[in-house]
Amino acid sequence: MSVKGKTSSQKKNISLATIFSILFMGLGHILLGFQAKKMKSQSPKAAKKNALELYHILFFKGIIFIFIEIFALINFNSIAKAIYGLVTLGTVTGEKIMKNNDHSIFLMAEGLIIFLVVLVILAIYLYSVLDVYKINKRLATDQYFIDIDYSLKGVINDMFPYFVLSPVALMIIFFVFFPLLFSCLLAFTNYSMPYHMPPKNLVDWVGIQNFIDMFSLPNWKEAFVGVFTWNVIWAFIATFLNFFVGLLIALMLYDKDIKFTKGFRTIYILPYAIPQMINLLVWKNLLNGQFGPINLSLKAMGIIENSIPFLSDPMMAKVSVILVNLWIGAPYFMLLLTGILTSIPKNLYEAAEIDGASGLQKFRKITLPMVMFATAPLLVMTFSFNFNNFGAVYFLTGGGPDNVYPPGSGAGATDLLVTWIFELMNGMQKYHMAAVLSLLVFTIIAPFAIYNFTKTKSFKEGEY
Amino acid sequence: MLKKRLKQLVIYTILIGIALIVLYPIAWTIGSSFNQGSSLQSTGINPIPDQFSLNQYRKLFTETDYLHWYKNTLKIAVINMIFSVAITSLSAYVFSRYGFKGKKISMISMLVLQIIPSFTGMVAMYIIIWKMGLLDTHLGLIIIYVAGQIPYNTWLVKGYLDTIPRELDAAAKVDGAGNFTTFFKIILPIARPIIVFLAIATFTAPWMDYIFPQLVLKSQKNWTLAIGLFEMIDGEADNAFSQFAAGCTLVAIPFTIFFMLSQKFMTEALGAGAVKS
Repeated sequence: MSVKGKTSSQKKNISLATIFSILFMGLGHILLGFQAKKMKSQSPKAAKKNALELYHILFFKGIIFIFIEIFALINFNSIAKAIYGLVTLGTVTGEKIMKNNDHSIFLMAEGLIIFLVVLVILAIYLYSVLDVYKINKRLATDQYFIDIDYSLKGVINDMFPYFVLSPVALMIIFFVFFPLLFSCLLAFTNYSMPYHMPPKNLVDWVGIQNFIDMFSLPNWKEAFVGVFTWNVIWAFIATFLNFFVGLLIALMLYDKDIKFTKGFRTIYILPYAIPQMINLLVWKNLLNGQFGPINLSLKAMGIIENSIPFLSDPMMAKVSVILVNLWIGAPYFMLLLTGILTSIPKNLYEAAEIDGASGLQKFRKITLPMVMFATAPLLVMTFSFNFNNFGAVYFLTGGGPDNVYPPGSGAGATDLLVTWIFELMNGMQKYHMAAVLSLLVFTIIAPFAIYNFTKTKSFKEGEY
Repeated sequence: MLKKRLKQLVIYTILIGIALIVLYPIAWTIGSSFNQGSSLQSTGINPIPDQFSLNQYRKLFTETDYLHWYKNTLKIAVINMIFSVAITSLSAYVFSRYGFKGKKISMISMLVLQIIPSFTGMVAMYIIIWKMGLLDTHLGLIIIYVAGQIPYNTWLVKGYLDTIPRELDAAAKVDGAGNFTTFFKIILPIARPIIVFLAIATFTAPWMDYIFPQLVLKSQKNWTLAIGLFEMIDGEADNAFSQFAAGCTLVAIPFTIFFMLSQKFMTEALGAGAVKS
């Protein structure tokens, strides 16, 4: 009789504690804590310790939740203000730069951070209510806590991953996640030179207008189609040309009649070893239209009379970018493919020779398939790397020559999407269009990146 | 026999041709750095300068902030390396060995995060660094580097740690070792190849990055080598080419030697850790 009576009184507390938690996060935990303490005195000896530990934990959790809620309530005003700022992006403006003018971009950044914080608090709130509900349910069925798995030491041990990862998570959230989220939002504003630059002017939300502009306004559309087409062509040529030249060199060095291979290999690896940026800046000077030694040499040899505009003619500039990239990138494939060539079993070739296969046949039927099979994932990786190969273009041509697209877009003949984005942000300060392009690059490159990760060990081991 | 000789002749000709194409720009740059005159015009086409002179190196040290840039870059690279290795290896350890709520979603979000070229978040990074009062400081730049490399490298290192048998750390735990002791005494020594790989990768990354230094570092004294060298020949340019060549030589030589020494190790470590064939 008495046992049954106790159970029903606890059941009453179930709803009470949960309601308390809904009203004010943490109160339910405190209430349950007292409940556990009260039950301690009525428990058999074995359960006393469990009840006491449960009491400590509940009390500890409750206090933390209460503090979080109090913190949120105290700052309610500023939270509301920040959210209001995020929604309106500022209302006060003036011709003169005044102190009380709203700075839309700061409002947006602050609003976004506060918004994220509010989301986290809401998640904690939800968790606290569910937690109370769950513990309550257990108290009702398992009144003596016999199999209780709560212990202060256990809880602290369970917290270890969070303890290590929370500073890491904070860093990623602030310096990686938040900036990217912010630039996604910029795609839906008109933040740009010259009419929407805080603190002089306000920035407004414009919905998907920028995306419409990018694909319908003639100057943007033409530049986008041009840059995008070149970007794809570039990524293909840069990847496969480098691959085949690398393969050719590796094959020549693999020939059994060739000596000094180690010496040649050491020389060929140099461009890959020297920092890429230095290579590119040196080539920029080598190809200089007026004083560059390439032009001077060709003239001295009598091959040409007038300088070749390596970097100033749109078509020539594209060829130059590809060839310089070949100079820098082929060694990587040479290194890689040499390793793969040596791993092809010799008896395959011997068997082919017995069957009377010619050198070309051996290459086509044995070498190439083996090499392609081994390098296919790496080719995909290199393709997506080249698609966004900022340095190869920026340090050599700076994206130029500039006069091929209608003015206003800021794109040049050799610009890739990434260098164009950089130019839009850094030079022209058209942040809205830069953000639009960033989102596009993301959607294009995402499948490649996901493919790459399916090739990693972390993924294949399955357990993550 | 004749056919073989002919083949050798053709291949040797091509190989030597390629060697010349590879060596000429390098020789020409090193040669230019010993040139008397400064401009691109004065260097000509001959890799060996008419008049051998250390003039450009002297000017590099006395008239520019080159030494500062070198020191700054070295400092940033070392600090970035230390923090990156510490943070990334520890978080990879937790991801590899512990089960906890939100693990899967964290791994997937890191995967997605590292897809986007990181400089697209430039505007917001600038605001954060500015509001933290870290504009034009090396600390601001280091924070961006350290945070930025976490998502990709955590995946990489976790992949390697997953291959270490769990029995090893389970045994240590039974013997009463704590979480950190297990990590330092058991996991780290076995994971040395991937840790050294991570150290080299994070050490070399800042040397030639141009985007973030030019975002964060404003005053010339605080620049890194990448901005310094870039600015030297940008714009009016051409006048300081030999000086630029001297600056490049002083970076490229140690870098290349280091690269050659670590190359074999790096490909092996990466092969073991990242791509499963």
